[in-house]
Amino acid sequence: MSNDGVNHGRRRFLIATTSVGGAVGAVGVAVPFVKSWNPSEKAKAAGAPAKADVSKVSPGEMIVVEWRGKPVYVVRRTDESVAVLETLADRLKDPANADQGQQPAYANNTNRSRKPELVVIEGVCTHLGCAPKFHPEVKPEPFDAEWKGGFFCPCHGSRFDLAGRVFKGSPAAKNLKIPPHSFENENTLIIGVDEENS
Amino acid sequence: MSKFQAFMGWLDHRLPVTTTFEKHMSKYYAPKNFNFWYFFGVFSMVMLANQILSGVWLTMSYNPSAEGAFASVEYIMRDVELGWLIRYMHSTGASFFFIVVYLHMFRGLMYGSYQKPRELIWIFGMFIYLMLMAEAFMGYVLPWGQMSYWGAQVIISLFGAIPYVGEDLVTWIKGDFLISGITLNRFFALHVIALPLVIVALVVLHILALHEVGSNNPDGIDIKKHKDEQGRPLDGVPFHPYYSVHDLVGLVVFLFVFCFVLFFWPEGNGFFLEHANFEEANGLKTPEHIAPVWYFGAFYTILRAWIWDIGPLSSQLGGVILMGAAIAILFVLPWLDRSPVRSWRYKGWISRINLVVFGIFFVLLTWLGTQPVTELNKWLGWIGTLVYFTWFITLPYISANEKTKPVPERVTG
Amino acid sequence: MKKLIAVVFALLPALTLAAGAKVHLDDAMVDLDDQASLQRGAKYFANYCMGCHSTKFARYNRVARDLGIDEKDMEENLIFAETKIGNLMKIAMRPEDSKKWFGATPPDLTLVARVRGSDWVYTYLRSFYADETRPYGVNNAVFKDVGMPHVLEGLQGRQVKGTAPVVVGFDPLTGRELTEEKEGVLFLAEKGELNEKEFDTLARDLTNFLTYMAEPMAKDRKEIGFWVLLFLAILFVPVYYLNREYWRDIH
Repeated sequence: MSNDGVNHGRRRFLIATTSVGGAVGAVGVAVPFVKSWNPSEKAKAAGAPAKADVSKVSPGEMIVVEWRGKPVYVVRRTDESVAVLETLADRLKDPANADQGQQPAYANNTNRSRKPELVVIEGVCTHLGCAPKFHPEVKPEPFDAEWKGGFFCPCHGSRFDLAGRVFKGSPAAKNLKIPPHSFENENTLIIGVDEENS
Repeated sequence: MSKFQAFMGWLDHRLPVTTTFEKHMSKYYAPKNFNFWYFFGVFSMVMLANQILSGVWLTMSYNPSAEGAFASVEYIMRDVELGWLIRYMHSTGASFFFIVVYLHMFRGLMYGSYQKPRELIWIFGMFIYLMLMAEAFMGYVLPWGQMSYWGAQVIISLFGAIPYVGEDLVTWIKGDFLISGITLNRFFALHVIALPLVIVALVVLHILALHEVGSNNPDGIDIKKHKDEQGRPLDGVPFHPYYSVHDLVGLVVFLFVFCFVLFFWPEGNGFFLEHANFEEANGLKTPEHIAPVWYFGAFYTILRAWIWDIGPLSSQLGGVILMGAAIAILFVLPWLDRSPVRSWRYKGWISRINLVVFGIFFVLLTWLGTQPVTELNKWLGWIGTLVYFTWFITLPYISANEKTKPVPERVTG
Repeated sequence: MKKLIAVVFALLPALTLAAGAKVHLDDAMVDLDDQASLQRGAKYFANYCMGCHSTKFARYNRVARDLGIDEKDMEENLIFAETKIGNLMKIAMRPEDSKKWFGATPPDLTLVARVRGSDWVYTYLRSFYADETRPYGVNNAVFKDVGMPHVLEGLQGRQVKGTAPVVVGFDPLTGRELTEEKEGVLFLAEKGELNEKEFDTLARDLTNFLTYMAEPMAKDRKEIGFWVLLFLAILFVPVYYLNREYWRDIH
């Protein structure tokens, strides 16, 4: 092993130690470069929860709140439209929220909301991202003779009910997403925060 | 044959990987007596890599408009995760790059590394130095602080001293009637991509020219004169692994010093990050004291030294010419030194003292460049400028006529 | 040549004179670990300064986090108007208006401690004095002809510039203070709500806060730096021995 005067064992050990040290150093140097790509404080501030006063929204009306660059539809549904939701099951692709990723736990119901009358839906069509239009009136529509109120996406014709659930025959495969949200009090909705209050 | 060997065989058939590695690393024979002064070339390369890496990352968050530049730097410092670290890498790196380059150049002066047959290496090096100064100047404008703006104002207006074309040239450089976001944007483009490409290309040429001739050494003797039966210089060692590993030791120590400054002294008492630059640029408010960053100090002192109007030669133009001469004269150094020996170890005592004095005065000139003009500083600046030029001008005579010591055949320690 | 070197070295002490006459700055005794001081400073800044001076490069939520202030407290006491806590600390006053009213736009103060230095800020806050010739009736010993009114006059009191006894030393026998009449000294002509020590503490808290604002990551910087240097010191050991190991081959 060491007949040429070189202590190969020691040499190998030192090369190994130095290499490990160098690798650790390289990872250390990489850390700030990788971390700097995380959302900055500016992005986090812009993506912060959005508050909305829902007291002025009358039954049958919708307001749009911007959150993280997305339009969020806040609809105060009438009692009739809430009742209608139960009857649509066999016309829908996913009436029972089988896809768990599209709504938080507290919206895992037919109404897809915390309170039956107020629903909070991300206005981003699950097909290719257009903003579906609000069609609350119960009347036959060119895109659906049996229309009972909901959203119609003008881009490729996807249809959603007033709980954001997708109809069969739509290009979209999933129900509209329900963002995390909670109520600070009776009148104030916070989108983006999931606190356990009703 | 192992998988690795098979792969290398495939690769080498198509790209000269192994032959290049051997030519420049494992079979490049460097003198075995490199000392501390021989670290600074490698350190320069490391600093170049540092500036490029940190610079690219800064460019991801920096906003090159007059309205947004200053705020974007504070955005990097505060809002981007660990952005402050990347910024300090870049600002500390700029100063360390120059410290290292100056020491690297001084090594060349001590050991006659610019002498035949290495004149071209020296010339490439001088071009790198020139490009580096332009790169640093433009980089400093980018934060759009008071010193960025007013430093640019002073330096760009120097071009106005050139007769006939001066004023138009200044407007052309600015792209506007004043220094504005238009100037900032073009400096940004040059700083981020144009000059770095040129510098990298020059560094490659610099090293190729070096490897063509072989490295000099502290004794200034030619190791290729004495070779063994296989044609390997007796006083040489393969660069890899002997100097790759040796340089690693120096590098760890260097990084320690670099990181100490970066983490505990990033402002460097106003020398690495000038205090005035933490105030946003304001074209209507001139700072009390406009100073270039320290590494331009020596040439700034020489520029300010010429204060006389002689006929058509304005003091401004005289200063510009003097400053240009101070840089230009460095280029012709290989032809000014007519000594039969390379290293100052074997030159006469006058040469040795002159070199030490030159070094000391270069440091003094550098420091003076950062200070306001006072009666004392004015005189010191004149003396320093005189010493600077005298060293070059007397070099041909002294080097050709002084008595030198006998140069050894083989390297000493 | 040697003579020249001697002359240069002999002249070096004179370089200190080259600095020129400067106002003496008091030691701000910055302590960025004193959270109570920083919190008070934040409070004073919000109450006395933020009407005119923004700190538009800082965000409320980070200040709250670094200073140990609860976000609710921050929103209630230190943020005015319906501003979200993640926002930058801007102010409502428009630069065009403030320029008209004050002659110059009150500058943003996020970085003032880095531009002027903490000692300057500390001394400035305490160096306003009566000056009839100025629009707001005050001048500042550290910032000649400043356009700012003496916002803290109610707290500090009214200073004037004149001849007053200044402490120059102590009598070695009795231990009593020795004073001398000096010109151009600032002294209190009318008292304010706070005594001198209390006001100095307030000014120090404000300075402490502004020093933090100028470089909020200073603490992190030093902490990370310690580990980086430690790592390099440890890495030096195998690298050094590796080099020695290889160079054993060379004679």
